[in-house]
Amino acid sequence: MKDSIDSHVTADGRTIGGVLMEMRDITLRFGGVVAIKGISFDIREGEIRAIIGPNGAGKSSMLNVISGFYHPQEGDVFFRGEKRPTMRPYEVARMGIARTFQNIALFEGMSVLDNIMTGRLTHMNSGILSQALWWGRAQKEETANREVIEKVIDFLEIQSIRKTPVGRLPYGLKKRVELGRALAAEPKLLLLDEPMAGMNVEEKEDMSRFILDVNDEFGTTIALIEHDMGVVMDLSDRVVVMDYGKKIGDGTPDEVRNNQQVIDAYLGVAHD
Amino acid sequence: MPDQLLYAMEVTLNGLMAGVLYALVALGFVLIFKASGIFNYAQGVMALFAALTLVGIMDGQVPFAVLINAVFGTEIHNFGWEVPAILAIFLTLLVMCALAWCVQKFVMRHLVNQEPIILFMATIGLAYFLEGFGDLMWGADIKKLDVGLPQGLNDTIDQVTYGWFGYGFFIDNLDIFATVIAAILVIGLTIFSQYSKQGRALRAVADDHQAALSVGISLNYIWVLVWSIAGFVALVAGIMWGTKSGVQFSLSLIALKALPVLMLGGFTSIPGAIVGGLIIGVGEKLFEFLIGPMVGGATENWFAYVLALLFLVFRPQGLFGEKIIERV
Repeated sequence: MKDSIDSHVTADGRTIGGVLMEMRDITLRFGGVVAIKGISFDIREGEIRAIIGPNGAGKSSMLNVISGFYHPQEGDVFFRGEKRPTMRPYEVARMGIARTFQNIALFEGMSVLDNIMTGRLTHMNSGILSQALWWGRAQKEETANREVIEKVIDFLEIQSIRKTPVGRLPYGLKKRVELGRALAAEPKLLLLDEPMAGMNVEEKEDMSRFILDVNDEFGTTIALIEHDMGVVMDLSDRVVVMDYGKKIGDGTPDEVRNNQQVIDAYLGVAHD
Repeated sequence: MPDQLLYAMEVTLNGLMAGVLYALVALGFVLIFKASGIFNYAQGVMALFAALTLVGIMDGQVPFAVLINAVFGTEIHNFGWEVPAILAIFLTLLVMCALAWCVQKFVMRHLVNQEPIILFMATIGLAYFLEGFGDLMWGADIKKLDVGLPQGLNDTIDQVTYGWFGYGFFIDNLDIFATVIAAILVIGLTIFSQYSKQGRALRAVADDHQAALSVGISLNYIWVLVWSIAGFVALVAGIMWGTKSGVQFSLSLIALKALPVLMLGGFTSIPGAIVGGLIIGVGEKLFEFLIGPMVGGATENWFAYVLALLFLVFRPQGLFGEKIIERV
């Protein structure tokens, strides 16, 4: 608990709080392959935390551990200082952790609006009977949820495509809708798996701006995986660097940039 | 107006109403297929089981009476009371929900991510299990189902059409009732799936499992829900068909009639199931009326399947099915 009390204010005026999530000695194996080897790191409230590393470093696996899609063989996940029991992905989502996927997992047959609306499911508590008969509570909830949705749509500047089936959208917009769905959940922690993969420069700039704005305006804690070093260094407060399932660096972008192990991993060195 | 045309009109109307009953069965298939990609062969048996249970509860039958008597040497068959239809329908609905839960818990849960053919085989097994289970629970004799639905010639339509054309149409009250119920059911289900939280979750699961999980949807819950709704639809179909032709094994064969309906309407579309049902209903009645005499009759047995075959050749996704486009 040593870290959870102190909080500080960054140069640009955002407050970074105590530890929201801590990964302790996580080891994940698939059969004989070790994807993650005893990694520990934490995510603080209000910060943008990046996980970087070359291909196959285990970044996505780590994100899947946080979001409950994978269950590590060793190690524990702590949420707000409490050990999290083994949870199914939908249970993790219900505790306020929203995510996007590297290959985009949207509901292609549904409209943009409906897709983002599914992000609100965790905030809807009315029972099935009330929903089926459209009684008071169900109706009130719908109105309240619509307001949040509209805010998200305005924020991401996707008003013009709100009724369009997602399957028809170009790649960059799909990525934005997926972010919108995650935002609609008003998550305590937002996990982004390669939010800028496959985008052109302009789209990348847009996405970077959205990520910064989300963090700034709503104070959302964000953990993201990214390939593009330049982008990561600009965006994040702290960076974890992984290579072959191991942690080889952890710190501010500047610290990481000057870490010899990190430089080696990225540029490649001759091993003896 | 020539007689021939009047007959044709009457046949068409009757066809439409028979089509509604086909559509009711097809609807159950579509619901489960959409949400879980499972073609539920047991849907027809579910309708039979629902009708059996309904009759059993209404007549105050002791479930598993044969088994109980064999084990304990007793001679019980009846509780000696009768349950009012409304209450019995409600109780049957509960039984169907319990069945849905069991199917998910003991069968489908263990088959997640299996090939569609495996899931299909599982539902065949389920169909035969349920058939035997229904017999064991309520006895294998043919039963009469009467929940108080109106039946027989509709006098008003008879008289009105007689007044207009000099020829009274024979329309069965039960068919009219079935049409109204089916319409309400379809509109209700469509609204439910479009606008309710569970409906949205249902569509989400149908679309992408991983994404559904990530927004906090429990797949298990949705599947139990879907099987329950399919059970409910089976109950409605069971009531209609059971009232029409008695509760007996052949009731489960109506599922076979739903197949051509699905091929026409598409496996994933609720309106498709309805339109498909209507086309098959009207088609087979009109075909029998117009062409039947020329080819020796009994065309109703095969017309639907031949029509479905033609559709498979020219429009495999059905009228309303989602066209399969693979982006490369």
